[in-house]
Amino acid sequence: MKMFVPRNWREYPSRYRLEASRFTKSGTVYYPKRMVDPETGDTEQETVNLPLSGKVLTYTVIRTSPDQWKDLAPYALAIVELEDGTRMMGQLTDCNVEEVSIGMEVRLEFRRVQTEGHSGVLSYGHKFVPKWY
Amino acid sequence: MAGIVGYGAHLPRHRIKVEEIAKVWGADAPSYKRGLMLREKSVPPPDMDTITLSVEATRNALKRAGSIDPKDIGAIYIGSESHPYAVKPSGTVVAEAIGATPDIHCADFEFACKAGTEAMYVALSHIEAGQMKYALAIAADTSQGAPSDALEFSAAAGAGAFIMGNDNVIAEILYTHSYMTDTPDFWRREHQFYPQHGSRFTGEEAYFAHTKGASRAILEKSGMKPSDFAYAVFHQPNGKFHQRVALELGFTQEQIDPGWLAPVLGNTYSGASPIGLTAILDIAKPGDLVFMCSYGSGSGSDAFIWKVTDRIDEVRDAAVRTSKLLEENLIYVDYGTYAKFRHKIRKND
Repeated sequence: MKMFVPRNWREYPSRYRLEASRFTKSGTVYYPKRMVDPETGDTEQETVNLPLSGKVLTYTVIRTSPDQWKDLAPYALAIVELEDGTRMMGQLTDCNVEEVSIGMEVRLEFRRVQTEGHSGVLSYGHKFVPKWY
Repeated sequence: MAGIVGYGAHLPRHRIKVEEIAKVWGADAPSYKRGLMLREKSVPPPDMDTITLSVEATRNALKRAGSIDPKDIGAIYIGSESHPYAVKPSGTVVAEAIGATPDIHCADFEFACKAGTEAMYVALSHIEAGQMKYALAIAADTSQGAPSDALEFSAAAGAGAFIMGNDNVIAEILYTHSYMTDTPDFWRREHQFYPQHGSRFTGEEAYFAHTKGASRAILEKSGMKPSDFAYAVFHQPNGKFHQRVALELGFTQEQIDPGWLAPVLGNTYSGASPIGLTAILDIAKPGDLVFMCSYGSGSGSDAFIWKVTDRIDEVRDAAVRTSKLLEENLIYVDYGTYAKFRHKIRKND
């Protein structure tokens, strides 16, 4: 259980600030970050922050959820293509599952993504919400 | 001149109506609506808390601040009575999320509903003292009212964030005044889930005495009178207190309307007058004077006099307006969903 604390902490740059790798030769962006570009073997990269909006590429609806997300069920898990073309998977929140559709515009919002029972750490990151402004 | 360089708000989309709560407890909805001047309140979903509201409000404040480097923010203060942890700071998460770590000072403030303006007061002091380039003050809460208590009709959620600085300000701070005594009208002991209050004692001796005390003192200090101001905003534990204190102090309905959010938002505790200020800045004109006075049980008030600058016209639409968050795209929930969202239902682990 306590292993979760350091693991979660190491993921802050990608979870909190959506830091990704852009490799110099190919210009390809990877999220989460990688040490080496698997296409070119390039190790030269810069850190970029992903844009906070995109479109649903595909999704699935979770009705029988793991215990810790039961309060939110049913919810959709979506793969979203962000404005810069990067794809990421995450939970859609503040959204009736009947209203989800491919191509739907979403925004990324900072949310509580996981809680370790009643006494453990709270883990934060981004979820997708329907874009309305 | 020190003042606000960027401001932003964030609110949950979920709302519950007074009728929905009244129905469960056999309360008379029309008399609550009339008595408290409340129609509905915001409800945070389970994946939203004081920290997440703070991050989103801060992102909006950063958009309005323009191209400032988060590393130049020297302090982050969050005022709230609902910090998600009893022990572990909220501010460090916000600092990490906006990329302002590690050379920064963080503190979480507490003073019932006044914690947010405390954060603003201290952040402004750093700027006036020349300690740092920018200081971030956040007022956020996801407050809880005990089931069937009058507070359950009002306890709501929301956040306002303000980046204080010296250059490119959109609202200069002209005067501040703080006024406090030991008046126990509302409290929550350690390990208790819901707060308790002194019923009618929360009125005259507490809210009205301190709000009027701070307001009259700052008016005297500044030599100004209510008619000098374009807008005024006070703490709003319900719709009624805000209106009554404003009118009794000599302000008009027109001056308070834009910041009078409680009837459709509820009491956002630390966020109440700060979010009201964001709604006012959204529509204020250069040169407008804005009067602000918070109230926190225990008890005290922080009063501020702001002067809006020309820069407001450039930045107000750089981020979402508070009225849009307040009025559009709402999700109404029933009492069962609300009880689940607010962890009022006992479950097995």
